[in-house]
Amino acid sequence: MKELRLMKGNEAIAEAAIRAGVDGYFGYPITPQSEVLEYLMLEKPEERTGMVVLQAESEVAAINMVYGGAGAGKMVMTSSSSPGISLKQEGITYIAGAELPCLILNVVRGGPGLGTIQPAQSDYFQSVKGGGHGDYKLIVLAPASVQEMYDFVELSFDLAFKYRNPALILSDGAIGQMMEKVEIGEQKKRLTDAEVKERCPWATTGKDANRERNIITSLDLDPNKQELFNHKLQDKYKEIEEKEVRFEEIQTEDAEYLFVAYGTSSRICQKSVQLARAKGLKVGLLRPITLFPFPSKRLAELSKQVKGILSVEMSAGQMIEDIKLAVNCNVPVEHFGRMGGIIPSPGEVVEALEQKF
Amino acid sequence: MAENITNKDIVKEENLVYKKTDLLTDKALSYCPGCGHGTAHRLVMEVVEELEAQDKTVGIAPVGCSVLAYEFMDIDMQQAAHGRAPALATAIKRLYPEKYVFTYQGDGDLAAIGTAETIHACNRGENITIIFVNNGIYGMTGGQMAPTTLPGMRSSTSPYGREVASMGNPLKITELVAQLPGTYYVTRQAVHTPAAVRKAKKAIKKAFENQKLNKGLSFIEIVSNCNSGWKMTPNQANQWMVDNMFPFYELGDIKVPEE
Repeated sequence: MKELRLMKGNEAIAEAAIRAGVDGYFGYPITPQSEVLEYLMLEKPEERTGMVVLQAESEVAAINMVYGGAGAGKMVMTSSSSPGISLKQEGITYIAGAELPCLILNVVRGGPGLGTIQPAQSDYFQSVKGGGHGDYKLIVLAPASVQEMYDFVELSFDLAFKYRNPALILSDGAIGQMMEKVEIGEQKKRLTDAEVKERCPWATTGKDANRERNIITSLDLDPNKQELFNHKLQDKYKEIEEKEVRFEEIQTEDAEYLFVAYGTSSRICQKSVQLARAKGLKVGLLRPITLFPFPSKRLAELSKQVKGILSVEMSAGQMIEDIKLAVNCNVPVEHFGRMGGIIPSPGEVVEALEQKF
Repeated sequence: MAENITNKDIVKEENLVYKKTDLLTDKALSYCPGCGHGTAHRLVMEVVEELEAQDKTVGIAPVGCSVLAYEFMDIDMQQAAHGRAPALATAIKRLYPEKYVFTYQGDGDLAAIGTAETIHACNRGENITIIFVNNGIYGMTGGQMAPTTLPGMRSSTSPYGREVASMGNPLKITELVAQLPGTYYVTRQAVHTPAAVRKAKKAIKKAFENQKLNKGLSFIEIVSNCNSGWKMTPNQANQWMVDNMFPFYELGDIKVPEE
């Protein structure tokens, strides 16, 4: 019997974390994602699974707690919203540089600065191009429903541990706050310390007599070694690009025009596809589920089929740059978006399509 | 010929009066000759060895001169972002409550950029040990003014001496954290003489034992020298420390739990 619940996106993340056997969550309140921490505190996960939940003194401290826990081989995560994610960038680049698995959730709000608390998608660049200093990438997943908020917690950890790389769920205030039906998974057991040692032989679990000491660091003062390490990272990102691309297509088979949109925008665009088709316009939708790796190959294929692509984002146009790179000028690519916390209507999107092509 | 001679040929086992702990690696220390870090490292590792806790200890290295502490300590270690060591230690200790977890930090790391992490880890009473080596200067970056630089003291960013009116007073963070209910044991030590070294080691051992007893946070400041940053010989630096640092940063226990 399936267990179904009506939940907010943020609550789904928290419940999924407990059920996935996450060892530690370290957070700091910020709208519109505070329900993650609130739900966890209310649920007493330390009694349910032994999971550690801690309200840190800042986003900076929270991400560095994640760094410590991840370095010790545990499944650890944090969540925040845009201004808080900016603060976490220092920790994130250290985590990427030390090649540690962890999960970061960004429930995006409008920016720049303190911006607004309404949903936006203006943190795309920060999420997929690095965010902090240095050449690194996060594995970025973009949920478009409360169910995907739930499902992507475990998926993120699977990918993070597989590649020893931080994963980021790029959500937004709409998906974090809205309530939908969620199918809840089984309670997984947290790994024992012995299992952690087996899964993460590199982790700081205490130096046994039968191995060398484990060191978690992102520092190598020798530029030759540092360059080699950077090559290793780039090879890893290439492998991720080859193996982990995820996307969804809606009515692309006969499409002459294509929307590309993720998260909340992709939900708007589903309706826009229907509206456009009712007008006789053959429009399809490609929804990237992974933003890094980006579905570039599939977009390149579709660019041979369609007459134009409209990138629909709640931003000034960020993902459009990756679309343009993917289609390599095969076909015109235009942007439509609203900013500052405004969600476009399906009709606006169709109007934009008609105006631009 | 010469390259075939090893330590063992020169130092005969029967003549040994002192042996460094096995928990210090054979890697040559990156510290300047005369610096207190080497001694402080040794004491921490001797304590871990005496507690037979090599497999139960995780250390956190800071950013600063001791950024490479993990090269010298033969235990599992993590290197933290500048000032964030107490945050890492908090998570590791909470996830592995049976392990000994310590941070090893300098004054810039702990008392400037990491002030929030330091105070909140202390205030939460995390069951960890903080080793705070205070030499009143940013050593690694070349001798800039630190939060603990004394009034009037010269550094590369206070070339005419620290002017309190414009640069602020030195921060006695050890006295500050002693006020917090979360700290269990707070003490200030030094490692410039054999007597001081013995006392400092006792304090570090007590701090580690407090972890085993789940007592909360132990905070050990070690007032140290920076002969290169202070532009002095090692002996001059130690004397200057005794004459100037100790009157301001008074040695001894600041908060001792009632037994």
